[in-house]
Amino acid sequence: MPIDAAVVTAAVRSCADVIAEHRHELTKLDSAIGDADHGTNLHRGFQAALVRLPDPGDALPADVLKAVSMALVSKVGGASGPLYGTAFLRAAGAVDGAEHLDASQVADALAAALAGVQQRGKAELGDKTIVDALSPAVDAARASVDAGGGAREALRAAADAAAEGAEATIPLVARKGRASYLGERSAGHKDPGATSTTLLIQTLAEQEGCEA
Amino acid sequence: MKKLINDPEQVVNESIEGFAAAHRDQVTAHFDPTWVVRNDAPVPGKVGIVSGGGSGHEPLHAGFIGPGMLDAACPGEVFTSPVPDQMQPATKAVDGGAGVLHIVKNYTGDVANFEMAAELAEAEGTRVRSVVIDDDVAVQDSSFTAGRRGVGGTVLAEKILGAAADKGYDLDQCADLLERVNNQVRSMGMALTPCTVPQAGEPTFELEEHEMEIGIGIHGEPGRERMPLESADAITQRLVNAVVEDLPFRRGDEVLLFVNGMGATPLMELYIVYRAAERLLADHGITVVRNLVGDYITSLEMAGASVTLLKMDDELTQLWDAPVKTPGLRWGM
Ligand SMILES: Nc1ncnc2c1ncn2[C@@H]1O[C@H](COP(=O)(O)OP(=O)(O)O)[C@@H](O)[C@H]1O
Ligand SMILES: [Mg+2]
Repeated sequence: MPIDAAVVTAAVRSCADVIAEHRHELTKLDSAIGDADHGTNLHRGFQAALVRLPDPGDALPADVLKAVSMALVSKVGGASGPLYGTAFLRAAGAVDGAEHLDASQVADALAAALAGVQQRGKAELGDKTIVDALSPAVDAARASVDAGGGAREALRAAADAAAEGAEATIPLVARKGRASYLGERSAGHKDPGATSTTLLIQTLAEQEGCEA
Repeated sequence: MKKLINDPEQVVNESIEGFAAAHRDQVTAHFDPTWVVRNDAPVPGKVGIVSGGGSGHEPLHAGFIGPGMLDAACPGEVFTSPVPDQMQPATKAVDGGAGVLHIVKNYTGDVANFEMAAELAEAEGTRVRSVVIDDDVAVQDSSFTAGRRGVGGTVLAEKILGAAADKGYDLDQCADLLERVNNQVRSMGMALTPCTVPQAGEPTFELEEHEMEIGIGIHGEPGRERMPLESADAITQRLVNAVVEDLPFRRGDEVLLFVNGMGATPLMELYIVYRAAERLLADHGITVVRNLVGDYITSLEMAGASVTLLKMDDELTQLWDAPVKTPGLRWGM
């Protein structure tokens, strides 16, 4: 099955389910080093995205990603709203015009999402943010595609790398986002944004239809 | 969680509906996207002043809408920055032809969302200037981090800029003045108890009877340091000294001293802090020429206080004294 608008739409629905399921856990992580709203924020955004999804019958994958971006920007707020919103917008741009996505385009979309997050948020690897999960995920996806892997393999590699990256945020002292206000006290906690990024990529990796 | 609410999902909407009903002679609330605006907006020829941020800091920001202060405010979800969809109509509605000033507290989310809103407003032909407030000395300043938070200084900045816009300052003069205010205001806060975000349902941190958090912000987050509880005088000394040393404020300076309650601390205790702060400043040779004491920028039901010092001069004093008529701050009219 090619990764067309229908598959991307189904993936967005799965992401919304996963965020709904994990929202309390994400909010709990955010109460330790932030302000106890990350799960609530993303849940609000993905629920809004569900309402705005175009009819996959006459949409391209990029249209679906754009609709998600707009919903996140207009409903999430906080730091993660503009960051995830920009990520989805850039991912849409990377696959503009394509009817279905191959493995390389999936890797491109992830790379574009990372570039967007970094342009808006100015975070580097090791700042204890979304970037710490997304950046290794991009590298792993690209390496997998370069080694001849398909989309499923690339996404699985990305998911594993993201999970490792998120885990590795635990000892870090945050330099960006609200957690940075805690200084040394931010160490010892997993970053909520890196955790949600991992959940999203893991969901894509398990999504039915992502075989290309 | 024990709160006077109906539904955790509806706290912001229901509170703003009540606020708008109580002050319907002065303000109008719009919903989905949510923004609150003074009834006589836009004021022709005047720079429009817009602020916004997460809810849970009441009376900030909507409580400061009215002549002499803000023209519109965009309340986000509890402790979550508002979105561009809210700032865009608010900005447009208060543009009386002289452009619009955004007063933004320094949080990654607030800055990014206001940035996007300003780009959209400019594209539609409204001139926008934004200035970011970052007065919290509890956070180390560095170009490699998110920098300092915007806290108590925001209230003073909104009052002073509202007066300046009324007096006919143009957009660039307003932005310059706001930068100057931000450069000479500093704050530090502490908490005796945590608070509970309604949708989270649990306190954001636990604090034992004999403990306090020093260097907190306004989002229920833990502070820089947890330490054994001290007397009001000793705590005030910590806050005042950190603030004075940071700018630094010097012998001979004239200041506005703002003692702010975090939401659940009685005014009686805030005056005990004020008493200590004024005496400490006198020891430093610093004169308090204006003051403000009360709950103006809160963190839900957190108990605690913050101390803000703004270095004053003739211009700032005149602007501070100018009439203001808002639900949360009113004198001279
Ligand atoms: N500058 C940044 N770049 C990338 N990610 C960031 C940045 N600032 C914050 N984040 C991410 O956002 C997450 C918090 O999101 P959220 O709680 O929704 O917003 P807020 O911090 O405004 O409350 C953090 O865990 C972090 O991963
Ligand atoms: Mg948060």
